[in-house]
Amino acid sequence: MTTATLPVNDVPFEIAGREFRSRLMVGTGKYRSNEEMSAAIEASGAEVVTVAVRRVDLNRANDEGMLHHLDPDQHFLLANTAGCYSAEEAVRYARLARAAGFNEWIKLEVLGDEETLLPDVAGLLEATKVLVDEGFKVMAYTNEDLIVALRLEDAGAVAVMPLASPIGSGLGLLNPQAIRTIKRRLSVPVIVDAGVGCATDACAAMEQGVDGILMNTGIAAATDPVRMAHAMKLAVEAGRASFLAGRMPKRETAMPSSPLDGMLG
Amino acid sequence: MRQPPAIFQSMSQQSIADETVTLTVNGEDRDFPAGSSVADLLESHKLDPRLVVVEHNRSVLRDRDAYGTIALTTGDVVEIVHFVGGG
Repeated sequence: MTTATLPVNDVPFEIAGREFRSRLMVGTGKYRSNEEMSAAIEASGAEVVTVAVRRVDLNRANDEGMLHHLDPDQHFLLANTAGCYSAEEAVRYARLARAAGFNEWIKLEVLGDEETLLPDVAGLLEATKVLVDEGFKVMAYTNEDLIVALRLEDAGAVAVMPLASPIGSGLGLLNPQAIRTIKRRLSVPVIVDAGVGCATDACAAMEQGVDGILMNTGIAAATDPVRMAHAMKLAVEAGRASFLAGRMPKRETAMPSSPLDGMLG
Repeated sequence: MRQPPAIFQSMSQQSIADETVTLTVNGEDRDFPAGSSVADLLESHKLDPRLVVVEHNRSVLRDRDAYGTIALTTGDVVEIVHFVGGG
């Protein structure tokens, strides 16, 4: 039986009034080939697909951009400001991305440190305010700090994207309690972004009650990215269903599953 | 652009200098015929305007239909970007 035939009741996955068909969002970086990337995206079932903005290499005749490999009618292209280390730089990249003409959404990254790729939260807040004023729908990549998340929401971010662990680390969900707290306290959607390394991580993140997950390296750097993309799709669905189902209480001691009555004398 | 001393400057060199503009495109200095537009610049690199975004002197050009009307002059800084794989 597929999930489509199960009577699973869930609210639509909406950000800023737009409904998305999958709670799994995927990146397009680090794949060994464009064919592998396309197959992995297909297997993931993701609608939202992130892309980066970079200079065209004018010296290479066959330098093909991502639009040669992604159909904008099939996927929602979410541009990022990856690699930006100041609010000003991130705003510049966001404006360039919007001029591509697909949408006014931006996955905002303002990084503060090259080793950890952790966000510069002051720059992030500043850039969020500027871009919201300019009409952007800002999805802000941030750490798992509740106060920063609240400030980003106040600044007009349409979604807040706390990390599970550092970008590209694959360390999984390091602070589930903090993620739960952010989800409980924010009104806008909370999307876990970065650090998910395997299906267990994706499932665990969804079980905290977050609205979705964005991942890239967890799929692209797997030995078999297409198979991992499929696993991540199932894990996000499983984690969501598990959260909605409500887990049993944990106990320190055992309790038999089978009746004690009726045992042979 | 550095000019040769006037005594050596023939008419033809003068006209070449006049007919060329030097732009910084994606970080590199490049010469283009005077009067080139943004559309000409893209055409010279065989770039499909629908697949790239152009920033001209720090100003993002949001109207692709206007590419043909924006003249480039010496010293202009142009960035041509596109979407690449990223997370």
